[in-house]
Amino acid sequence: MTYAVEFQHLSRTFDKVRAVDNVSLQIEEGEFFSMLGPSGSGKTTCLRLIAGFEQPSAGSVRIFGQEAAGLPPYRRDVNTVFQDYALFPHMSVADNVAYGLMVQGVDKRERQRQAQAMLELVKLGDYGDRRPAALSGGQRQRVALARALIKKPRVLLLDEPLGALDLKLREQMQIELKSLQRQLGITFIYVTHDQGEALSMSDRVAVFNRGGIEQVATPRVLYTQPATAFVADFVGTSNVFDRAAALTLCGCDIPFSIRPERIRIGQDSPRDDELGLTGELIDIQYLGATSRFEVRAGNGKILSVVNPNQDDLDVGQAIGATVRLSWPKRAMHPLDAGENGHAA
Amino acid sequence: MPHDTARRGLSRLTDRVYLSPTLWLCLLLAPPLLWFGLVYIGSLLTLLVQSFFSFDDFTMNVSTVLTLDNYRALLSPANLDVILRTLSMAAAVTLASAILAFPLAYYMARYARGWKKGFFYVAVMLPMWASYIVKAYSWTVILAKGGLVYWFYRSFGLSGVVDWLLSLPGIGGGTLATSNLGRFTVFTYIWLPFMILPIQAALERVPGSLVQAAADLGATPWQAFRTIILPLAFPGVVAGSIFTFSLTLGDYIIPQLFGPSGLFIGTMVYTMQGAIGNLPMAGAFTLVPVLIIALYLSIAKRLGAFDAL
Repeated sequence: MTYAVEFQHLSRTFDKVRAVDNVSLQIEEGEFFSMLGPSGSGKTTCLRLIAGFEQPSAGSVRIFGQEAAGLPPYRRDVNTVFQDYALFPHMSVADNVAYGLMVQGVDKRERQRQAQAMLELVKLGDYGDRRPAALSGGQRQRVALARALIKKPRVLLLDEPLGALDLKLREQMQIELKSLQRQLGITFIYVTHDQGEALSMSDRVAVFNRGGIEQVATPRVLYTQPATAFVADFVGTSNVFDRAAALTLCGCDIPFSIRPERIRIGQDSPRDDELGLTGELIDIQYLGATSRFEVRAGNGKILSVVNPNQDDLDVGQAIGATVRLSWPKRAMHPLDAGENGHAA
Repeated sequence: MPHDTARRGLSRLTDRVYLSPTLWLCLLLAPPLLWFGLVYIGSLLTLLVQSFFSFDDFTMNVSTVLTLDNYRALLSPANLDVILRTLSMAAAVTLASAILAFPLAYYMARYARGWKKGFFYVAVMLPMWASYIVKAYSWTVILAKGGLVYWFYRSFGLSGVVDWLLSLPGIGGGTLATSNLGRFTVFTYIWLPFMILPIQAALERVPGSLVQAAADLGATPWQAFRTIILPLAFPGVVAGSIFTFSLTLGDYIIPQLFGPSGLFIGTMVYTMQGAIGNLPMAGAFTLVPVLIIALYLSIAKRLGAFDAL
């Protein structure tokens, strides 16, 4: 089968720094695919390798089966929405959107018609005559989207496009982006460092760390079955037990992680199918629907616990109190100890 | 204790200035406005007023009788000749400077990093630190028969090419130093940094992502240059050309040292007010570059040169 984008042993080195290190990856057609990772993890370089702003040091990039290494950006059937939007300040919004058609030689009336249709798609039909400087951040974001989509790319690359927007607008744009992608049916490749964003929009997510991929999975699998300690910690929060801690706690010989919301805090002892420990409550954060507790276990390890707020919940909630933590055994997710050595 | 009182008085004054934006702006702008307003604009206006005074050719005296004679004289064939000669040289120098400056400015803004950037900055600015007179005179040696340029084209067997260039009407002349080509070369050398720096500053403000976005949308490098880089750098080109243009229009040293005979606006003003004492006519001539630059700016604005600002 032909993939929308396929990396084979792809590497990109900058002055001896391996920004992307031997990455292989397949992205299917029509997928909403996210590349998630901290800054410097290689995700943006991967996106730029697809766009053609970077050329691989080794390996290959295939776009719909065709080798793209060696092709300049203007000969690739992909378009990019830039982090800073990169709108042309000396052109009107409509001319910005029509730019891709203008350089292609499409005649003026036709490109104006298509630009207007695109602006209406992103709900900016009345803004064509304005300059980008006269728009808000969210509106510029939509113009950048319309300008990329007018070329009818088979793959749309988005480089942290919502990074500069405030929280409410970001959540609204997430919903709109996802529904736009469903409506157009084209492949979206979305780079972000925000795990919430990646989980809420994507069909699949690749988690990047130090130039390599830690795990590629659906958001649900990523959250419930993180493959490495890095993924467990980066996607949501996790209480990661290394091998030594796992040995003392349950005699198990493999590192594991537990999500804070799977741990119950109280005074009662664990049930048959549960494990538990005793610790000192060192911090409480009231979060509205839930509360977050920080508990220091006997061996000094700090665990994070999130429980819903209920009237009858009484754990003797005073900082310094001794509390019991318990969790179902099946909430303990074993981690891949060997790979990359990240799960130490 | 008097020391304490003085300090308290000073800090109270500081608070007062801080809390009153008007007072602060007055303090900030008074010195430069006085300087510019009185010395600079004032002297220019005096010149303008004087250009309407009369000059008696017999007694060589200026009288305050108002007249338009000086401006009428400006349009005489001989004086129009001076204006056209200066204008065409200024245009040629500006065009050549822009063509030479753009690639260098582009490299400095988009590629040079670290020590290379510093090196190019200093290299461009260095000639500006040296005395203008020294630079101008040094070119008389460079262009002289038996000088550096002469030696250079002789040893590369290019004498034929130079002779052919010197035989061209309008450009040529007896020798390099006495030709319009020589005058043009020295002008371009002297004013080039004034073109490079504004273009470089304009290009510096163009984010790299704009060029990438153009390529991403299918623009070839040439299309991206024409539709994105050039329009955004154009205010810099206009700023630089105002320098090269007006500096050439007003110069009176280089036209005397190089090129064929025939006066420039600068040498004309110099002669009128220095040798003859005809300040009214010199004033009328001074107005010509001012009008030309004003006209040039309004055309540049109409062409959309400042849209990207």
